Amino acid sequence: MSLFFQTLISGLSLGSIYALIALGYTMVYGIAKMLNFAHGDVIMIGAYSVIVTVMSLNLPPVIAILASILFCALLGVTIEFLAYKPLRKASPLAVLITAIGVSYFLQNIAQLIFGTQQKAFPKIIDLPGIRISGVEINGITLITLAVTAIIMIALTLFINKTKVGKAMRAVSEDKEAAELMGISTNRTISVTFAIGSALAAVASIFYGATYTYIKPTTGSMPGIKAFTAAVFGGIGSIPGAMLGGIMLGVIEQYSKAYISTTMSDAIVFAVLIIVLLVKPTGLLGKKISEKV
Amino acid sequence: MAKNIFKNAIKKAFSKDALTIYFVIAIYAVISVMLYGGFASRQLTNMLISVSCYIVLAVSLNLVVGLLGELSLGHAGFMSVGLFSGCLFSMWTVDLLPMIVRLPLSMIFGGLFAAVVGFVVGLPALRLKGDYLAIVTLACGEIIKNVITNLEITGGALGLTTNNSDAFIYSKPKELLPYAIVLVLVTVVVMMNIKKSRHGRAIMAIRDNRIAAEATGINVTYYKLIVFILAAFFAGAAGVLYGHSFANIKPATFNYNMSIEILVIVVLGGMGSINGSIIAAIALRALPEMLREFSDYRMLAYSILLIAIMLLNSNAKFNELKSKMSLKNILSLLKTKKAKKGGAKQ
Repeated sequence: MSLFFQTLISGLSLGSIYALIALGYTMVYGIAKMLNFAHGDVIMIGAYSVIVTVMSLNLPPVIAILASILFCALLGVTIEFLAYKPLRKASPLAVLITAIGVSYFLQNIAQLIFGTQQKAFPKIIDLPGIRISGVEINGITLITLAVTAIIMIALTLFINKTKVGKAMRAVSEDKEAAELMGISTNRTISVTFAIGSALAAVASIFYGATYTYIKPTTGSMPGIKAFTAAVFGGIGSIPGAMLGGIMLGVIEQYSKAYISTTMSDAIVFAVLIIVLLVKPTGLLGKKISEKV
Repeated sequence: MAKNIFKNAIKKAFSKDALTIYFVIAIYAVISVMLYGGFASRQLTNMLISVSCYIVLAVSLNLVVGLLGELSLGHAGFMSVGLFSGCLFSMWTVDLLPMIVRLPLSMIFGGLFAAVVGFVVGLPALRLKGDYLAIVTLACGEIIKNVITNLEITGGALGLTTNNSDAFIYSKPKELLPYAIVLVLVTVVVMMNIKKSRHGRAIMAIRDNRIAAEATGINVTYYKLIVFILAAFFAGAAGVLYGHSFANIKPATFNYNMSIEILVIVVLGGMGSINGSIIAAIALRALPEMLREFSDYRMLAYSILLIAIMLLNSNAKFNELKSKMSLKNILSLLKTKKAKKGGAKQ
């Protein structure tokens, strides 16, 4: 029984990381209608920026975290401005290939600067763990769960209650109508990229703290998993990304604990395929009706 | 009458499709002369088989992406299914059959195995579309990779060793080149004929408007499955060739990054264009090799080039310039000038 709860906790923690990344995918998809393949690599850049600020500049962890979030948000906006904005009217596939190009670019820049060797992630979260009837929860997991919960509530409030959030919903609903109502689509898309990339930076800190090592290719696997999570929950839907991310993390950890460590990825992807076959637009995705 | 037949034959011999085949043959002729004459550098020799495989992969993926209009991110998965099953077949029969029988047979075996998997992956394609289908194909590719890594028969994560003393199937590029040429030509001819045939038009009709296609009596289920099966077959056959050219093959190589690499070739070459896929496959596989001197910077340069090409291609001003600079335009300009001159004389 203790293994069951232990796995649940680690699944929730991993799922929180996936959910944070998946939010970036789903928000960008909802508004710009594009698959931002470079999103996974923003996580890697975020983790490296923490390493640089803590190890080389010797700044306190809090400043390092803030700097990483700010840097990633700026990076996201810059990528959008330079690479995706000129392609607003291009075919979705052209945008996809560009995003892949950006992903290669970020990985290779990181490789040039930091080398291919993995680097140790500094210990910036130092909290004592707790024990509840045989189940041990360490400090990093606690913080991950708490911060993710807070971010999700804050994001939901932001999307539903603020003016910018309303603009974001309007643009994702109907771009042209939103423009006619005086909403600046370009600014809304920039804000979306900034928020998505900032969330990726938060995820990168938890990822680095949990797995303790960072490589230039670190971002791609969690990126793909989070992308899967976003589709799982119904891409474009914010609650869907949260649900999809957490479920994916839990399924992954359970299959690792109970079935097979090496087959866990296959099991996760198989569950995704089955879910999509039953519900073709994901768990919480909107049904698309076809016009004839 | 006889004149007409002659005219048609000439027309056929110089048609666009035939030119593609001549183009492929010419490239291989030059390469063969260089290779067997001993002028080819080691670099070129090593690249040959992998470029040939990528041509087959790109042309077959073009059937799914370009003609059917569905995004597939699992092509490397089909390739690895074909590769491992075909190479195992080749290892089992290495003592029984000479290479000239064994290699084509293994390609067919691997291709058929991949086609079965293609059929299974094609099934969800009947219900899903767009990005949802893309993620399912990606997931299938990853599942295939994961399963092969866990199979004992394929050597697990360590991979298959083809220069194994018990079953030595590893071959040098020189020996493999004739098979590569035949495989590429067969793939190109088959794809061309599909594209031109009734079936190709039906597939393109599904791409342009599925509902209208269905209303005119096109069996969408049948064509979608056929496309996935055919693409998987050729990817599998290419995999068998690829597998014979390496001493050791690890299943982890065939991940989604490789699928994406093939997709990039298809998109850069132009959707639905077979010529484009061939040229892009050669250029994109050769480019990183040529940039080898810059070792650390080559992948960076590659990524920047990729972004720049995509940005330029969708730039209206650049496209205008491109159409002005195109050969057709220049020729027609020259013609009109001549016509004007002629008119002035009269």
